[in-house]
Amino acid sequence: MDATGIGAAVRRKEDFRFVTGKGQYTDDIHRPGETHIHFVRSPHAHAKIKSIDTKTAKTMPGVLAVLTGAELADDKIGNLICGWLIHSKDGSPMKMAPHPALARGKACYVGDPVAVVVAETLDAAEDAAEKIAVDYEVLPAVADPAEAQGSGAPQIHEIAPANTIYQWQLGDDKAVAEALKSAKHVTRLHIVNNRLVPNAMEPRAAIGDYDAGNDSFTLWNTTQNPHVARLVISAFVGVAPEHKLRVIAPDVGGGFGSKIFIYPEEIVCLWASKKVGRPVKWVADRTEAFIADAHGRDHVTEAEMGFDADGRITALKVKTIANIGGYMSTFSSSVPTYLYATLLSGQYDIPHIHCEVDAVYTNTVPVDAYRGAGRPEATFVVERLVEVGARELGLDPAELRRKNFIRKFPHQTPVIMAYDEGDYEASLKKALELADHKGFARRKRESERRGRLRGIGFSTYIEACGLAPSQAAGSLGAGVGLWESAEVRVNPTGSVEVLTGSHSHGQGHETTFAQVVADRLGIPIENIAVIHGDTDKVQFGMGTYGSRSAAVGLSAVVKALDKIEAKAKKVASHLLEAAENDIVFKDGKFTVAGTDKSAGWGEVALQAYVAHKFAGAQLEPGLKEGAFYDPVNFTFPAGCHICEVEIDPETGITSIAHWTAVDDFGTVINPMIVEGQVHGGIAQGVGQALLESAVYNKDGQLVNGSLMDYVMPRADNLPSFTIDTTVTKCPGNPLGIKGCGEAGAIAAPAAVINAITDAIGSEDLAMPATPQTVWAAIEKHRPGRMAA
Amino acid sequence: MPAVKLTVNGKPVTADVDPRTLLVQFLRENLRLTGTHVGCDTSQCGACVVHVNGKAVKSCTLLVLTADGADVRTIESLANGDKLHPMQEAFRENHGLQCGFCTPGMIMTAVDMVNRKGNDLDEKTIREELEGNLCRCTGYHNIVKAIAAGAKAMGGGTQAQAAE
Amino acid sequence: MYNFTYHRATGLRHAQNLLGKLDDPKLLAGGMTLLPTMKQRLASPANLIDLDRLEGLSAIEAKGRSVVIGALARHADVANSATVGEAIPALAELAGMIGDPAVRHRGTIGGSVANNDPNADYPAACLGLGATIITTKRKIPADEFFKGLFETALEPDEIIAKVSFPIPKKAAYQKFRNQASRYALVGVFVAKRPSEIRVAVTGAGSSGVFRVPSFEEALKKRFSPKSLEGLSVPPDGMASDIHGSAEYRAHLIGVLARRAVAAAG
Repeated sequence: MDATGIGAAVRRKEDFRFVTGKGQYTDDIHRPGETHIHFVRSPHAHAKIKSIDTKTAKTMPGVLAVLTGAELADDKIGNLICGWLIHSKDGSPMKMAPHPALARGKACYVGDPVAVVVAETLDAAEDAAEKIAVDYEVLPAVADPAEAQGSGAPQIHEIAPANTIYQWQLGDDKAVAEALKSAKHVTRLHIVNNRLVPNAMEPRAAIGDYDAGNDSFTLWNTTQNPHVARLVISAFVGVAPEHKLRVIAPDVGGGFGSKIFIYPEEIVCLWASKKVGRPVKWVADRTEAFIADAHGRDHVTEAEMGFDADGRITALKVKTIANIGGYMSTFSSSVPTYLYATLLSGQYDIPHIHCEVDAVYTNTVPVDAYRGAGRPEATFVVERLVEVGARELGLDPAELRRKNFIRKFPHQTPVIMAYDEGDYEASLKKALELADHKGFARRKRESERRGRLRGIGFSTYIEACGLAPSQAAGSLGAGVGLWESAEVRVNPTGSVEVLTGSHSHGQGHETTFAQVVADRLGIPIENIAVIHGDTDKVQFGMGTYGSRSAAVGLSAVVKALDKIEAKAKKVASHLLEAAENDIVFKDGKFTVAGTDKSAGWGEVALQAYVAHKFAGAQLEPGLKEGAFYDPVNFTFPAGCHICEVEIDPETGITSIAHWTAVDDFGTVINPMIVEGQVHGGIAQGVGQALLESAVYNKDGQLVNGSLMDYVMPRADNLPSFTIDTTVTKCPGNPLGIKGCGEAGAIAAPAAVINAITDAIGSEDLAMPATPQTVWAAIEKHRPGRMAA
Repeated sequence: MPAVKLTVNGKPVTADVDPRTLLVQFLRENLRLTGTHVGCDTSQCGACVVHVNGKAVKSCTLLVLTADGADVRTIESLANGDKLHPMQEAFRENHGLQCGFCTPGMIMTAVDMVNRKGNDLDEKTIREELEGNLCRCTGYHNIVKAIAAGAKAMGGGTQAQAAE
Repeated sequence: MYNFTYHRATGLRHAQNLLGKLDDPKLLAGGMTLLPTMKQRLASPANLIDLDRLEGLSAIEAKGRSVVIGALARHADVANSATVGEAIPALAELAGMIGDPAVRHRGTIGGSVANNDPNADYPAACLGLGATIITTKRKIPADEFFKGLFETALEPDEIIAKVSFPIPKKAAYQKFRNQASRYALVGVFVAKRPSEIRVAVTGAGSSGVFRVPSFEEALKKRFSPKSLEGLSVPPDGMASDIHGSAEYRAHLIGVLARRAVAAAG
């Protein structure tokens, strides 16, 4: 079984359909009689909607319906919600403004949907949309989070004075103030964590299909968590009751967080399908996606780190303004709070930490979780401070990190988290070796001979994944539990279906989940099917985000497998006429201990269903078990990434010369897939550090809202990566898994910026470090230009 | 509506089309060849790459009427039943895909790359040649590996020119 | 896309007749710019005249001291042409830097030159080499052809047939790509001709491709990167946007010009 079991680089079962073009993404699905919908979106960042005239549009050829927020309200369709309640430090609850799926009375960002046209063809819908006359009264707008609370900023929502959603804090501010006062050295940084557009390659899409015969709905949707979508759309938005709504996430082309959330478009497609009595299909254009998909990051932070005379960190103080955008997206409130401030201890033993976060509305696209979600922002703050601190103190950055590493586990940080296990020294040591750190000085000299600057940067990051113990999450304001479910169905022929509530949109569940089952049951991996992404098949699930599928989803599978094994042993005991306690199950075979009597997996599976060897009163027929697994703690993947850059000082172009990553993900199910996750994460982190940034102008217009202007990482922006792992098993779950999906995106930005600032000898550098930014930073600090 | 006549994956196809129809729309909607994807609207992403008269083109930026009379090959034409084309096999073997959305365009671009540049492709060449194809999942590392391996396999295999 | 009537031109004369006769017409060559623009509903021609099938307009020939390229030659054709590669390797290299491989299979030199995108590459080669744009009506020197952003000397019913590039003694093109679109943020074409030196810049100028007389003067004295040291282009008149400030663009012109001279040898 070694070739397909846990730890084997099994080639993916799902790939045949993808490499042959046989994947089935939402846009590939056609329903009989399908119609097409076009969203009319506000061209203004902030405007009163005085009236919407749809008369002419309704008469256009091929038009079936023209709908606005007024009809939505008439039909009592509820508002979108943010599902994590955060309280301000004064005890007041966050200020969640109403968020209708189609704007009513007011538009709050460029892209806010104000009306839709449903028509026979998309061209007809677009033609008619141009005939809708929306009378806007343009209002002043604010896009910059740092300006949102100022007296000059317009108030976006009545409920939120000074556009402030909450003023939250974590940690002991007095202890931090005292520690900073008595610190030998304090390093201070102003950090802008740039706003990103997720840009999964498959644009979001939805097909709403109302079945009048059964008064039920089906939604095909590009979602990472179909059950949560169903729950929110039924319980809060009220389009259909939960048992009358089926949500199907077919093949989904990447998500990175952006497909977690419940958006206006899927709600409107469902609702409109009942209105027109036909299926309604929406597929985003890429340019539309720029103003319709939740963005990520967008923090402005002031941070101070205190050090004692030995270079030990004594305190960390962080003040952050987080941009939430025009409305609160589904999980937006949790990202800059419990997914951010709780990670500010990094890999370090920091006695005192205090973090304040103001979340603000602005006239921009809503901001929510994007790969890493809060943890990249936290890591950037900590790893920049540590690096700059080391430089200011004249210490080797690796040495300063070593000096402060947490070495005893479990470790309680001052910001909620209790790290269960880790070995930060091990990953740093291995990374330094793999990166040939000793040879850096020589490589730097060699670069200098060619007129190039060379720099090296570290990022020893930690993340909290596998979200999360439901009770703990609930006490912190989560509106949902964060467990996962699994069902293992053994068929009479012995083949197995595994149903999981987690969801794959590129992660390879069909392979890794099957590996665990093959390993446990001793059956060929080909005989296992993994089923996910359909609320009619999987009873309930929380979906995939926060690097949780293996740590939480697979733990549920293991729990169900425990039950399967127990039941199968009972069946085997009847078949082999032995006591249940004497049955040993190993390598797919049931043996009576101490005898040569045995039965194969297939025989036992068949007997479970034919039920010829036991009476129903003794044992229930069948072999199918379900389990819900609620994690006991977060998991804490950690590692060390080292980035080496070379810069052309004349143009400011940064090339990544080497990338070394050594990560501790606990048990690895499939190293090939894990490496792939790390590669992709690094690329997104490098994108943030060097290339990507959603730029809003003063009027709240997204200036680079297309792939002609927003820079996505391309193959020639990146090197091949050197990847390795160290392993400390997670003690909190049965397989010892920590999770790997976000590590690269969390670690990478700080490593890149630490490397560039090392090369140019200045810390005055904002992300993304574009050639112009780097060139300007070099020019500004060039000797002889200091006065200018 | 004007008529169009072309050969798609070796089969003759005729249809009357709205002149606005792009080749990618024709493939996906008229012929239900949904392996060719649309990932952007500005010709950046390359998810829609197909071969027209033996050359890789972005089917989102070509009217089907312009392609009248052409020989069009899509991702669906590469495998021979269960037998994958060497480039498809190389993507599978090297984990050159995750969500699979960019993959058909990547593979069609890769086959075209080999047709033009030969079977011995170095990393720099491959990365430069991927200028018109975006992937958000893989960080390109394994795509580059897959293309190098696929290129070699195409040189050694009997179905080296299967795409053309 | 807005609806339009589609016309397939069978010859240059047919295309020109259609262009003169039809209401609100637009020529479609490779379509690499026009189609995305139409898809975004930013262009709405009533009549589209497809030039894709015109015979004999994609020839690439050496004629005396020039290389003459048919308007429908694809970028890939120019990049891979042995004729261009031998006579003006810098032009082949430039063509090989346009867009990406799939775009180069469709995009045409005529389409690019007629569009005169301020960030396109070909205008720099035309101006830098002192090319002549040969149309259905006349021959237009490059110096008189490019008239500003997306503006050219072409009359409404005039079609580019060929572009004739005089063979220089040496030449080179250096391009600094816009990282998103891969158009030229700044591109500098330097050519040493028997009679003159030309330095043409695309991407940087707020009104399109232009020459840099001060650089040309300096290089005339001695064709060496050293001759350009200390020389710069003032930021006034440079484009400025999120991809590059006027100062940065002006700075890059100097850097790329020096590198182009070095590359030209």
